[in-house]
Parts: sequence; structure tokens; C-alpha cells
Amino acid sequence: MLNNKLKLNPKIFDADVEQVPIRNGFGEGLLFLGDHNANVVALSADLTESTRTEAFAKKFPDRSFEVGVAEQNMATIAAGLGISGKIPFIASYATFSPGRNYEQIRTTIAYNNSNVKIAGHHAGVSVGPDGATHQATEDIAIMRAMPNMLVFVPCDAIEAKKATIAAAAIDSPVYIRFAREKSAVVTTEETPFTPGKIDVFWESRKPQVAIIACGLLMRNALLAAKELEKEKIGVLVLNNHSVKPMDEKAIVKAAERTGAVVTVEEHQIAGGMGSAVAEILAKHHPTPIEFVGMRDTFGESGPPEALIEKYGMGVKDIKDAVKKVISRK
Amino acid sequence: MTPIHDEKLKYLEETANRIREKIIEMLLEAGSGHSAGPLGMADVFTAFYFHILRHDPKNPLWPDRDRLVLSNGHICPVLYASLAYAGYFPLEELMTLRKINSRLQGHPHRGVLPGIETTSGPLGSGLSQAIGMALTARLDKKKYRIYCLMSDGEHDEGNVWEAVLFAGKNKLSNLTVVMDRNNIQIDGFTENVMPLEPLREKYESFNWHVLEIDGHNMEQLVDAVSEAEAIYEKPTLIIAHTIPGKGVSFMENDFNWHGKPPNKEEAKKALHELRTLGRRIKSEHE
Repeated sequence: MLNNKLKLNPKIFDADVEQVPIRNGFGEGLLFLGDHNANVVALSADLTESTRTEAFAKKFPDRSFEVGVAEQNMATIAAGLGISGKIPFIASYATFSPGRNYEQIRTTIAYNNSNVKIAGHHAGVSVGPDGATHQATEDIAIMRAMPNMLVFVPCDAIEAKKATIAAAAIDSPVYIRFAREKSAVVTTEETPFTPGKIDVFWESRKPQVAIIACGLLMRNALLAAKELEKEKIGVLVLNNHSVKPMDEKAIVKAAERTGAVVTVEEHQIAGGMGSAVAEILAKHHPTPIEFVGMRDTFGESGPPEALIEKYGMGVKDIKDAVKKVISRK
Repeated sequence: MTPIHDEKLKYLEETANRIREKIIEMLLEAGSGHSAGPLGMADVFTAFYFHILRHDPKNPLWPDRDRLVLSNGHICPVLYASLAYAGYFPLEELMTLRKINSRLQGHPHRGVLPGIETTSGPLGSGLSQAIGMALTARLDKKKYRIYCLMSDGEHDEGNVWEAVLFAGKNKLSNLTVVMDRNNIQIDGFTENVMPLEPLREKYESFNWHVLEIDGHNMEQLVDAVSEAEAIYEKPTLIIAHTIPGKGVSFMENDFNWHGKPPNKEEAKKALHELRTLGRRIKSEHE
């Protein structure tokens, strides 16, 4: 059942649960930071509205910089701002930033250790009709491999706001990943968010599998847990929003309790959050794992929900993965 | 900025020559690295670290210091030697260039060595970082100036032109670029690899103020930097025409010396030439 202590959205399983784009939380968090921290500045590359940087730009025009369609310049200017004492947020689609400007981020932000926050929008196939060119499915892999870089993947708009605000308080480069389309609000303002700490959103009495999820697929993981409970299969659902640093203790503990793991993310299986979980478990507590995510393929145009189903990340796919991993115990 | 009087000029020329000697010694010891660029820029670096910059080698993070951003990090032997002679760290450390556990990385790394403003090496990203610093200075209403030293060859990079556009649009008058116009890059002469001219007109059309100088004439450089400081509402580009390998006859203007160090024999010959030159500077001013 749902962990009541975490004050998750009581309407989480209802058909009419609130639907808000995760990226909206970035915009709200940035606006909050604008009011509370004079060093926060924002840069956008001709995507001010779409990346939800617009409200900040309107309220703080002196602290907003439009660089035009130039993601490499955006990253490197931000590096200079970060070195000289500002807290710059750069926002674009993740396929362009950190996609196109990977080397600039590596050298001038990560290795340079400049205090830049990178907001990667339009993550996953749930971007929908724009198609695979605009659906980032490799960004977690790119960013988590980078020394000095932290990686957050919030599961809904409320958590996205908290992650954005938390990122500004950390003196380090941070990457935050946001989805485009409306998605179910899973948490509430009262739900805790601590970077580097996993919260167990769902806990059955005798859990046989730990589902470790992040981002927009969190609700699918919870829906799967609910249906599995009816089938007498108990699970844990962990909200793994901090891909780096990852909460090793919580992952090992969950694996010890259940003896089987399913990871769920809207990202390539190769190099993603699930890979990071596998690295931890291979070292500390070898455990059978099934990975729900993109299977070495690009996405395509289509309705978000249908794409998630087509690429094997729906509720049924998660349930199947749970059953498969149990059979491997 | 004060103009250079005669006695100071002699001191600067001697310092530049000492830096050139040190570059040869460092490269010989390291066994790899770039020769032509560092030698060609020794006069520019000397003028900056020993006359132009408002800085304090004993307080390298002084918040109001002028910033010197080296974009083409591969010429770092000249940066390291200049910083050491200016007093940022001990001269002996220069011989650790490119060795394990050294603070003198093959390409400069910010945070490990005092005086390094940015990590650089991959070309084309220094100007944007200098722009970021210029924006901070403007936001914080600070008077410090930002100098970005760039190569000509790195103007092949798209990121450079994105930055040139942005600086022009934002009228960053606290930013001055010195371009090392030495006409060579790894694969050959710049105008053969990828023609860059007309550079002056390109920058001017992007709303920059452009000056051209002899990059081995420190008085011209100081005058140009002073003019840049006086220019209102525009960033300034100083095109410094330099001779790659300057001071060592067999390296001058030969692109084959872009990316390799001298061997023992070549270093001996180079040092002999530079020491002869050093004696001449001494006697000429006497």
C-alpha cells in the first residue's frame, strides 16, 4: 500500500488525478529562486516559453539572457557566469543540451567545476508528436558518467519544483531532467524531497520485488504495484529521483528485503538509472534485475501514452518484468 | 593605464626573453607539447602579467582582479611561465609540466594552480566564458576587465561565432579579445585549412571595435588595450600579428612546430639563440 507518511497525492490512483507537465515545476522553482537568491540567473536558447523560463525572464529581465539558437554558447557563457559567482540555470531540450553541447558541458562546466544548473527538457518518448529528434533517451547516461555532475530526475511537477530549488543550494554542477507532456501529480507539497535520498512510495506486507523508478513513469510503477497486490504479488516502489548521488543504502536494503529488482525509466536501458542500480547491486548484493526502458532504439511521433506502451514502458510491461524477475530468483 | 617608459620596456623585453627560454626548457623536460604558439605569444603575455593586468599574485582570487582567460589552452607553457615569473607559484614547479601529480596539466585546469581562470584546451569555448564573467561584472557593477586571449585557428569553431554575436548584441565594453594572428594551425596555414579573412570586417559587422597591432610590440599592445578601455558600448578585438616560434629562427613561421617540442639538440640551439638575443636586449638599452 501507499506509504502514508510521505503524504502522496490522495487522488494518485483516480482517473481524474491532476495532470501537470513536469517542466512546469522547473518554471515555478526558477521563479521562486529569482525572488529568494539574487545570484540566480537564467539563460535560454530560443526556447524560453517551452522550457518554462518565461516567467523568470519577465520578472527578472536583467538576470535573463537570450543566447539565440546556440546551445554551445549557452553552456559556455553559463560556465563563465558560474565561475565568477552567479548560479546560472540553462534550459533547452535535452537532445540539444546536453546533447549538442556535450563537450562544452564536460570541459567548461563539469571539469571546470562551474556552478551551473542544466535543465534538460523534453525527456523521453512522452514528448510525443515531435518525434525521436526531440525525445531525449540518452541524457542520463551522458550526464551521470561525468565527474562532478549531479543528476536529478523528478517524478512530477511538484517534485520538479523542489529539485530545481534544491539544485541552487548545492555548490556543484547539476543536471535536472524534465518531461514535456502533462502527467499525473504523484506527490504533494508535503512529500519530502532530499537529494541523494530514496523514499519508498509503496510497500506491500511481504514484498517479493523492489520496483525502482524515476521520472514520469513513477505513476505507472505505482499502478503496477496496485494491480500486482490484487494478484497477491507484494512489491516495494522506490522513488529514485537522485540518479547521482544515488542512495546506495536504500537500494541495497530493498534488494536484501526482496531478492529481486525491476528498474523503470523513460530512457535507454544502456547507461541509465537502472544501470546505476545494477552497478551498486553487482558490487554490494548481487540480485536478479529486469530493466524497463528503451531497448536500444529511438522513439517516433505519436501520442505520449501510446508511445510509452509501444516502447514497452506501460503498466503491463512493468508487471511482466516483476513476474519475470520473480521467476529468476 | 600608464604608457611604458624606456626602463620598463627593457625590463619587459628581458622578461619576455626569459619566459621564452623557460618555455624551451619546459618543453624539453616534458617531452611533448606545443612550441610555436607559446613563443609567439610571449610578448603579449609579458605585457599583460607585468604591466596591464590589475592583479595580485599573492591573492589570486582577489574578487576585483582583472581576468585573463586563455581560450587556446594548448599554448599554456607561456601562461605557466608568466604566472611563475609573476609570483603565483615557484619557478621550479615549471619543470613538472605534463608530469604525473603535477599542477601544470598538459592543458590548463582551473582550481589546481593559482592564476588559472578557466579550464581550457578544447578550442572555441574561452570567449563565451569570458562573456559570462563580463556579464557578472556588469550585474555586480564591478570595474574589473576581462581579457580573452584566442588563437586564429580556433575561429573555425562555431561556438566562437555564437559568442562573437552575443558579445556584440550585449555591448560588452568590459571585454577585450586579443587574437594571436600567427596564421598557422595543426594542419597548415589558416588560410589554406579554412580561410578566415577578412577578420576585421567580420568582427566589425558583428558590432565589435577592432584594432590591429604588431604582437611583438608591447607599446602598441598597451596603447590598444587603453583604447579598448575607453571604447563605450562595444567589445574590442585586438588582432595581434605574431610570428609563431618567435625568437627561435628555425621555428619561426613553420607550422610543423605548432604541436611538437624541441629535442635536446634543437633545445640547445634554441636556447643559444635566445640567450644571444637576451644579451642584445641588455646592451641595446644601456
